[in-house]
Amino acid sequence: MTAFRKSEDRFVVSASALQERAEVRTTNGNTNGRFDLLQIRPIRWLLHQRAFQWVLTTATLFFFLLAILTGLFGTPAGNKNFSIIFVWIVWWALVIIVLVPFAGRFWCTMCPIPIPGEWAQRRSFIGKRPGKLLGLGKKWPRRLRNIWLQNFAFLGVAILSGVLLTRPQATGLVLLLFVVAAFALSLIFERRAFCRYLCPVGGFIGLYSMAAPVELRVRDRDVCRTHTEKTCYLGSAEGYGCPWLVFPGALERNTYCGLCTECLKTCDRNNIVVNLRPPGSDLLVQKGRRLDEAFKGFIMVACAMIYSAVFLGPWGWLKDMANPATSSGQGMASPTRYLAYAGAFLAINLLVLPGLFYATTWLAKRLGGLKTTPRKMFIEYAYTLVPLGLLAWIAFSLAFVFVNGSYAFAVISDPFGWGWDLFGTKGFPWTPFVPQVVQYLQTGLLAGGLVTAVYLAYRIGRQNGADHAGALRAAMPITVFLTTVTLVFLRLYLG
Amino acid sequence: MRVFSQRLSQQGLIVVVVFVSLSLLVAFAPVPVDALAGTPTTREITVEGRMFDFSPNVIRVNKGDHVVIDFAAMDVVHGLYVDGYGIETEAEPGVPTRVEFVADKAGKFRYRCSVSCGAMHPFMIGELIVGPNTPFWRAVGLTLLAAVGALVFTATNRTEAAR
Repeated sequence: MTAFRKSEDRFVVSASALQERAEVRTTNGNTNGRFDLLQIRPIRWLLHQRAFQWVLTTATLFFFLLAILTGLFGTPAGNKNFSIIFVWIVWWALVIIVLVPFAGRFWCTMCPIPIPGEWAQRRSFIGKRPGKLLGLGKKWPRRLRNIWLQNFAFLGVAILSGVLLTRPQATGLVLLLFVVAAFALSLIFERRAFCRYLCPVGGFIGLYSMAAPVELRVRDRDVCRTHTEKTCYLGSAEGYGCPWLVFPGALERNTYCGLCTECLKTCDRNNIVVNLRPPGSDLLVQKGRRLDEAFKGFIMVACAMIYSAVFLGPWGWLKDMANPATSSGQGMASPTRYLAYAGAFLAINLLVLPGLFYATTWLAKRLGGLKTTPRKMFIEYAYTLVPLGLLAWIAFSLAFVFVNGSYAFAVISDPFGWGWDLFGTKGFPWTPFVPQVVQYLQTGLLAGGLVTAVYLAYRIGRQNGADHAGALRAAMPITVFLTTVTLVFLRLYLG
Repeated sequence: MRVFSQRLSQQGLIVVVVFVSLSLLVAFAPVPVDALAGTPTTREITVEGRMFDFSPNVIRVNKGDHVVIDFAAMDVVHGLYVDGYGIETEAEPGVPTRVEFVADKAGKFRYRCSVSCGAMHPFMIGELIVGPNTPFWRAVGLTLLAAVGALVFTATNRTEAAR
């Protein structure tokens, strides 16, 4: 507390100076439309509390454990089981419709999955315990320091979505697997290896958080360069070194910063800022674009498309194929059909969509006279899928959240489906919420995503050396691709 | 998004105004849907529900048609709820039920099982398409306008930041 009071003293400034400091200035005086939220005293106070993250994660851990227990031991009827309704409707809606687009990785701030492992590593719930972290503390293998494992983990979960979204036991088991894996990895590898390299959710949250209007950055990089202690990365008496293995002084994108706020506590130079910024700022950062992230973009768009067909479409045969455990009118669904579905699912995600896009970027390179390699163009232009993919996921999610969200009122009173009525809402009827309005929201979201993606395609062309006309010519085939993707979504939702 | 945060040039502003106006026109311009739909008739359709699909899974009618649905559950109890029309019925196996309504709204409306019938119940869905499906074609028009508009905007909005 003493240290915090000292830092508090440093923040005592007059009202006019506060305004001046609130606008995060670069060396040339340009604020780039950013506003440091830490200049708001209650926010600064809150984020400096060691208990801040503990309170959030403990609350979500309670619901997480309840989801595991209800999944494993509750009713097998998905729409009457807490695990299905709260994980795949309430939590999913919270993450993809609210948190990611408006707060980036804020879900990672409160995510309960790595918390038991982190408590074990630190041998502490809240405070900073001196000494080394518990566990072997091994370095993560160099060749796996990317998000390929997250991509495949997401595909693994997505390919089983027909089971996971409908079978509480499957959902409970997967959640249990996540927490056990995170715990085991935290005892073997240093810090939050699970979050950084394996979590299937963290992968797409990281990618889409580039579009968010919030960022954690340093105020002045020169301060970091001369700060030899690097307490933000290595830790100090005030807190732990960055659990996400990120050096804040080098942060240019949100992708791998888990917003755990640990660096706020450990930076003794008052050099960390949490900015409100123009949404999508990171999409213009060329540094750091990689093939694994590009494929995450394809996987997310392809999965949104396939989910829209399977779960919102009228094709019963497709639902049967996607769910190997379903008993249909003709008996149990055939494993062969499920394997065919899985094969097609993987092919669309990893071959068809990326292959078509590769051909498109090859054409863009030719038309725009771009000098870079086809592989680089493929990677660079793939980031146009970030805004379109994020808004397509929101569009998809609105459709089933609005229709099925009312189940939450019933299961909160009877989470196991055992006949309880804890809050008197057990009998709350299934009530679709304005289902016909959803189509208009979907149209607006998709059109907004398309406009952003097309303009981003032009900017990417400029970043890669094309002149104005060349960047425009290069953007045309990309626009055709993006428009086609958008029209496929529209066909599924409205056509 | 950030990519649009730069200043608008005069030409860029004109493009935005033109394309927003065109978009509003495409979205809201009156279309003689009733004339396009033709003379209303009565459509009698038998819909069978079984885990986890409907047969037929797509019903096409015209705006103004009098729609009569005989709904039969083939295995367990199923419900039939039509989005946008709020019509609901349920049937036990061997005991079909009938609902009638006038299809007075154009577009695509999902019909879904409203009685919990098994694992994939929330996804047991069919489609009622009331033609002409103007909402879909308006959405297509808006999408094409959005794509062309974004390109024209980039071509004309040559501020320093964009160069």
